[in-house]
Amino acid sequence: MLETTWFVLWGVLWAVYFMLDGFDLGLGVLQRFLPKDETEKRIIYSIMGPVWDGNEVWLITAGGVTFAAFPKTYAVMFSSLYSALLLLLFALIIRAVALEFRGQVDSPAWRKLWDNAALIGSFLPALLLGVAFANIFKGIPINEHGVNQGSLCSLLNPYGLAGGVLFVLLFLLHGALWLAVRTTNDFQARAVRLSGRLWSVLLVVAVLFLALSRAFTNLWTNYINHPVLLLIPFGAVCCLLWIRISLARKNCLAAWVSSAGVIVLCTLFGVVGLYPNLLPSSLNPDWSMSIYNSSSSPLTLKIMLGVALVFVPLVIIYQFMVYRFFSYKVTRENVAEEVY
Amino acid sequence: MDVVFLSRLQFGIAACFHFLFVPLTLGLSILLAIMETRYVQTGDEDYRRMARFWGKLFVINFVVGVVTGLTLEFQFGTNWSRYSAYVGDIFGSLLAIEASVAFFLESTFMGVWIFGWKRLSPKAHATVMWLVAVASSFSAVWIIIANAWMQHPVGYVIRNGRAELNDFLAVVTQPFAWHTLLHTLSGAYVLAAFFVMGVSAYHLLRRYEITLYTKSFRLALTFGLIFAIVAAVHGHYNGGEVARTQPTKLAAMESHWETEKGAPIYLLAIPDEKNNRNALQILPIPGALSMLAYHSPSAEVKGLNHWPKEERPPVALTFISFRLMVGLGMLFMGLTILGWIIRHRLMENGWFLKIMLYAIPLPYIALQAGWVVAEVGRQPWIVYGVMKTADAASPLAVSQVAVSLVGFIAIYGLLSIVAFWLLLKAARKGPETAPAITL
Repeated sequence: MLETTWFVLWGVLWAVYFMLDGFDLGLGVLQRFLPKDETEKRIIYSIMGPVWDGNEVWLITAGGVTFAAFPKTYAVMFSSLYSALLLLLFALIIRAVALEFRGQVDSPAWRKLWDNAALIGSFLPALLLGVAFANIFKGIPINEHGVNQGSLCSLLNPYGLAGGVLFVLLFLLHGALWLAVRTTNDFQARAVRLSGRLWSVLLVVAVLFLALSRAFTNLWTNYINHPVLLLIPFGAVCCLLWIRISLARKNCLAAWVSSAGVIVLCTLFGVVGLYPNLLPSSLNPDWSMSIYNSSSSPLTLKIMLGVALVFVPLVIIYQFMVYRFFSYKVTRENVAEEVY
Repeated sequence: MDVVFLSRLQFGIAACFHFLFVPLTLGLSILLAIMETRYVQTGDEDYRRMARFWGKLFVINFVVGVVTGLTLEFQFGTNWSRYSAYVGDIFGSLLAIEASVAFFLESTFMGVWIFGWKRLSPKAHATVMWLVAVASSFSAVWIIIANAWMQHPVGYVIRNGRAELNDFLAVVTQPFAWHTLLHTLSGAYVLAAFFVMGVSAYHLLRRYEITLYTKSFRLALTFGLIFAIVAAVHGHYNGGEVARTQPTKLAAMESHWETEKGAPIYLLAIPDEKNNRNALQILPIPGALSMLAYHSPSAEVKGLNHWPKEERPPVALTFISFRLMVGLGMLFMGLTILGWIIRHRLMENGWFLKIMLYAIPLPYIALQAGWVVAEVGRQPWIVYGVMKTADAASPLAVSQVAVSLVGFIAIYGLLSIVAFWLLLKAARKGPETAPAITL
């Protein structure tokens, strides 16, 4: 029971990370293409600026919880995905530095350098996280000692790539919708139009991904055995459709919340499908990392649960307050008065 | 070149770079919070301008500290998977607690602080910085507890083929952790104090913004004086803990080869690791090592030769780093005491300001040396007495680690150059001339 509780928490932490950093990563890509001038660029940066760091801590916590609750999974998963993971971390470093350093020197060439850095540093993590998680859903070739027999290239199989494309699209749409929530006038209108286009593409890719999941993974087994769980993918589809409806009603916030729902439920769809595995072995099911062979001791799980039950809600409360504090519309007029 | 060596090199580089930026975050956040609090209390516009100026430097430094920390947490899994699987039950939970209890708070409110100058009242803005300051030092608490467990593992049993937690309180309350913590935190605060004093000295020497930089200098001086003393005191206690729990490290720190009662400290010694002795050792203080380590001038101190070679840490590196750290620590106490004496006559003592300007890098060196003593001195163990470093690495190909190592060096190197260049630029520019923002 304790192990299952932690399994659920583990999935939720990753889902919340994708939901929050997702729009940052999406905006990090969009800043290179959507703005018409420097002011619009600054609008995007000042939307990401106050929150990216707090969002990224969800990744650190998700990683930390993998370590704490399922140390063996942490060990096997992170060493198996060695090159992809370090590439992801390097990209996130570049992204973070780009956001903070861009405004430090007043020169177009300097800003362009960091715009490009932010683009790479946002696109790569979105893609890599998608590729990594699709491969986790599918299983990777780990042997009985937890050693990966594949390589970085073997992660780039059709299903892995489909996961990568799905994540990129999810995050782009999520970012465009957040931009629509936080901006006004023409810029907002363009963000809404872009969201509409991204939505159509996403719909196709999402349906394709669910179908591919049937062909390449065992994710659906749990759903067939426990049909009530089908509410998760059903909810994801409903949220996806609700984005379109909200856009038509010009309710950007509802569209963004729906998009958050899509991201969370898509992640949970995969995680619930994995249960009780955290990292299946594609070579032999007995070699999979599961809650049975990789959990921490009951004492550790209990202490951690106590910590999580107190602090995670607290974090959610203060981050929610911070989001409300920064919920004002960023306009061409007020963007200049920000910070340093 | 094997995977263990390359992984050690990679982790060492990543950790050293990380700790180039973290100490300033730890110390400057407190100084900033004090400046903003003074502004709230006195309404003196100088304090607000001070907070704006030092805050700009803080922000540049902060982000590099954050991103270089990101890779450390993940490297336990990527490069030290056998270690992670073996001790994750204890070590992993400490890292997870750090993230959820402290790092969330620090990162979330850092954003509020940077973007809140206009939208928050001065009081609220100061409170936010206090949250950041407390959270970042609280982060250090958990990281040091985790590190202390590697130095002196307690509260565990070996069960199911791994180390499992059986007494959480023992892990969290062990003296080794708390002496290390106070020693490390005060070291970080001294670094921040010297940073602020050094940059202030630069401007004072140019006779630029004298009131503002004199206030900054004096604030940092008091802060630095207090924590230079705390660092030394807890360094002493920390040494006592090392003597009690890590005899091989103690012997390496002092390059002490033969087991003897009433062991001296040689003011000058040159280790000769090949021949298991010192090539030169002169000016002994009789019984000093026994006294410092065990509080008795006749206590027996085991020498390196007591252990087979493969059980000893690298002696020269540990020994030199230790001497360097201790020497610099003494210097910091001397300089801050001297500064305290002449604190009302700073402008007449240009030579002292000049010394303080050039002293900026010294705490950086001292802190790095301190970590070398702690981590290199722990070898060949990754968890002292429980697991050898050689048994801890991931089953990776040499080429994988070699490539990532090059990536680390390139990215961290560039990052540090840009960060220090930006810091230098902002530091030289000085504060905004007009009162920053009028509401």
